[in-house]
Amino acid sequence: MADSILVVAEQREGKLNRVSFETIAAAQAISKDTGWPVEVVLAGNGVSALAQELAQKAVAKVYALESPTLEAYTSDSYVYALKSFISEKQPKLVLFPHTYQVRDFAPRLALALDRTLISDSIGYKHDGGKLLFTRQMFQGKFAADVSFAGDAPWLATIQIGTFRGDHAEAGSALVENVAAAVADSPARVTPHEVFQEAKQAVDLSQAEVIVAVGRGIKEQKNLALAEDLAKALGGEVAASRPICDNGWLPLERQIGSSGQTVAPKLYFALGISGAIQHIVGMKGSRTIVAINKDAEAPIFEIADVGVVGNLFDVVPAVTEEIKKARAGA
Amino acid sequence: MKILVCIKQVPQKDAPLKLNDDSTWIREDVSYEVNEPDAYALEEALRQKEKHGGEVTVITAGPARASQVLREALAKGADRAIHLEDDKFVRLDSANTARAIAAAVAPPLSDDNFDLIVTGLQSDDYGCAQTGVLLAEILGLPHATIIIGIEKTDGGLHLKRELEAGHYQFIDMKMPAVLTIQSGINKLRYATLIGIKQAKMKPMRKVTWAEVESKLSRNQQEIERLYVPQKQKKTEMIQGSAGEAARKLVEYLKNEARVI
Ligand SMILES: Cc1cc2nc3c(=O)[nH]c(=O)nc-3n(C[C@H](O)[C@H](O)[C@H](O)COP(=O)(O)OP(=O)(O)OC[C@H]3O[C@@H](n4cnc5c(N)ncnc54)[C@H](O)[C@@H]3O)c2cc1C
Repeated sequence: MADSILVVAEQREGKLNRVSFETIAAAQAISKDTGWPVEVVLAGNGVSALAQELAQKAVAKVYALESPTLEAYTSDSYVYALKSFISEKQPKLVLFPHTYQVRDFAPRLALALDRTLISDSIGYKHDGGKLLFTRQMFQGKFAADVSFAGDAPWLATIQIGTFRGDHAEAGSALVENVAAAVADSPARVTPHEVFQEAKQAVDLSQAEVIVAVGRGIKEQKNLALAEDLAKALGGEVAASRPICDNGWLPLERQIGSSGQTVAPKLYFALGISGAIQHIVGMKGSRTIVAINKDAEAPIFEIADVGVVGNLFDVVPAVTEEIKKARAGA
Repeated sequence: MKILVCIKQVPQKDAPLKLNDDSTWIREDVSYEVNEPDAYALEEALRQKEKHGGEVTVITAGPARASQVLREALAKGADRAIHLEDDKFVRLDSANTARAIAAAVAPPLSDDNFDLIVTGLQSDDYGCAQTGVLLAEILGLPHATIIIGIEKTDGGLHLKRELEAGHYQFIDMKMPAVLTIQSGINKLRYATLIGIKQAKMKPMRKVTWAEVESKLSRNQQEIERLYVPQKQKKTEMIQGSAGEAARKLVEYLKNEARVI
């Protein structure tokens, strides 16, 4: 078959993961450069209706790859079904969203196909006929352009928020139901229900101002600095993951891929390096202020305004200035 | 329980990194430390051993300098170490790294039969998040990723997986198995003085490049160019003493951004 791009869309428990549309947008962009048509596959059981939803985009075809063994996600059943499907279709490129589910099975799928997976891409380049995927290295301090050295199908995952799902071009495609290949042996992992820990007491998504602290705060008692600033601004305190892992702040105040996604008017990042998993949770904020002693910290790449300095000196001074400004206003 | 922990040495978090001459890697003259999620994987292995008995082996693939993370692991309580020692291991892709590790713990080089293999969920240098999963595929074992709780049961393992946005899931599986561990699963211990002394007596097996080379293939992905990322936004960088910077920052927020 002619070269094509296959997007592996994602659903969990009968609900489409919206990041699937981001990956479709990525595929559409690459398609414009390469001329390779885009197809989409959705694995699951009874997912025709969800496949119909995906078919509202400008793609050539959507496959609903179905079997009762795909009802609940297991890496074994997904690898088996997708390996067989991809081997038959032989797309040039297979794109996935970089979700937890994909992280769980896509590397194994690539190796089962005797191919490679470029994971966690934040962009692509099409350079003189060569397709490169850009990914972060060294916790975002560097970016790398990575090429495929072996044969297609080439596999790549796209980081959340790299492309905009709402920019995926609309269209209308045919849905084809395909019976998934099923292994003789049952999956070796038994999954139980997905759940959330106790209900959240704060809803940071409603906060207009958020003061977030990272590992640069050093000790729990220093959180007072952030609390004072938040108070002066009438905002909420939040944190990067290590702070919540330490139990210094409750999990519900963690910002990032495994925590909350927020988009306040004003976001302060104090002593936060700007790892991609943190950024995905706050980059929609209107104004981002970064205070960090390291001028090369990746957080400055997405900050609107930055201060390179010791937060223990700068933050109290900022709190004083805010109080003055407020008193004067 | 016989547990294998795969750990990696990566540049220290605060280390200022520079590009090498052909911009495909960093200059290696920096300080190194153990990859953070791997430290949690080791801690979890030590805790399981303390609860259920058994033995903990640590393995790394890297240059001579990487033996430091093995010594630290031995000092914390691991029983023995395996060092795949060669500069060339640094630039292997995830699949080849997994192949090298698999070769080092399987016949003919060894016949360790591990009940459990754990590793950090990703490394702070490449960040591919693949080696553990690929190791499972190569060894023909089941795996689970992003684990934040491990409980040994009669039949195998009862595990807590982290999912996105504050969601979780319990899963059950049999051993032997490969798990990738998320940072924060436990509280890390420090090595004791006695531990550091004892570590010197513990066995460290070296495995050379030549011993595993036949199991490797050509890297299927290549870093063409490493570079400082382009800024996505125009950042207003504020200079001056803390007091001055604070004044300018608040002015900016008031007059330019109009957010206060
Ligand atoms: C699957 C997965 C999910 C994850 N989910 C999340 C998530 O939801 N949220 C999240 O935040 N992370 C998450 N992470 C972790 C993430 O990769 C980073 O490890 C984490 O965000 C780092 O937190 P940090 O910036 O506070 O710490 P570090 O990276 O250690 O950065 C500390 C920063 O403080 C600065 N600093 C130190 N001292 C000072 C000082 N005196 N003054 C000023 N600055 C100073 C340093 O220069 C440095 O930039 C996840 C990781 C994975 C793999």
